[in-house]
Amino acid sequence: MIDVVYFAWVRERIGLPKERIKTDAGTVADLVDELRNREPRYAAAFADLTALRVAVDQELTDFDAPLAGAREVAFFPPMTGG
Amino acid sequence: MTVRVQEAPFDIGAEVAAFARGRSDIGAIVTFTGIVRDVGDGLQHMLIEHYPAMTQPAIEKIEAEAASRWSLGDSLIIHRFGPLTPGEQIMMVATAAPHRAAAFQAAEFLMDYLKSRAPFWKKEVTGDGEAWVAAKPDDEDALSRW
Repeated sequence: MIDVVYFAWVRERIGLPKERIKTDAGTVADLVDELRNREPRYAAAFADLTALRVAVDQELTDFDAPLAGAREVAFFPPMTGG
Repeated sequence: MTVRVQEAPFDIGAEVAAFARGRSDIGAIVTFTGIVRDVGDGLQHMLIEHYPAMTQPAIEKIEAEAASRWSLGDSLIIHRFGPLTPGEQIMMVATAAPHRAAAFQAAEFLMDYLKSRAPFWKKEVTGDGEAWVAAKPDDEDALSRW
């Protein structure tokens, strides 16, 4: 089980801020493929990965990052702090 | 080194007065304040969303990196979230150092990194609707100079 959290327009497009998912995905990219195949709203949110950033256990990483032992994956658009 | 992520407003004068107070090894304090700006679209308010579990550690990491690069006596970062109206303060950075060059450079470094590495997202609400503020390619490019 892994917690998946969404922020900004990713959260709006998918329609929820957080969910717990049962997955055997080996990498973030594998998890994205699983999510895309669920429902059109996920496919829409993950249509263009260059428009997305990902954090695993609150650390910014890449889509090829492994998920072994990970507790939380977050998907969001490029950050706009400051 | 202090990082505060909060919904409440802050008093820039009081923050700067308290910052590095009583220190005799500080020759320069630089501060930057970010303000909600209406670019002419009739901005009603700006909603700032963040990733609570990640925000504080991500900013502390940026602050620690600045401290490793420059000889800083102290640094302070305050960043707000929630609904803000035009003219309100969004965030502030203060750096203290023996000399001004380090204080200015560290403040710029902190701002560049906060812009695209601190997990905040801004949504602008106008009379016509609402829209997420997109990150600019310049923001990412700004990191390459460090």
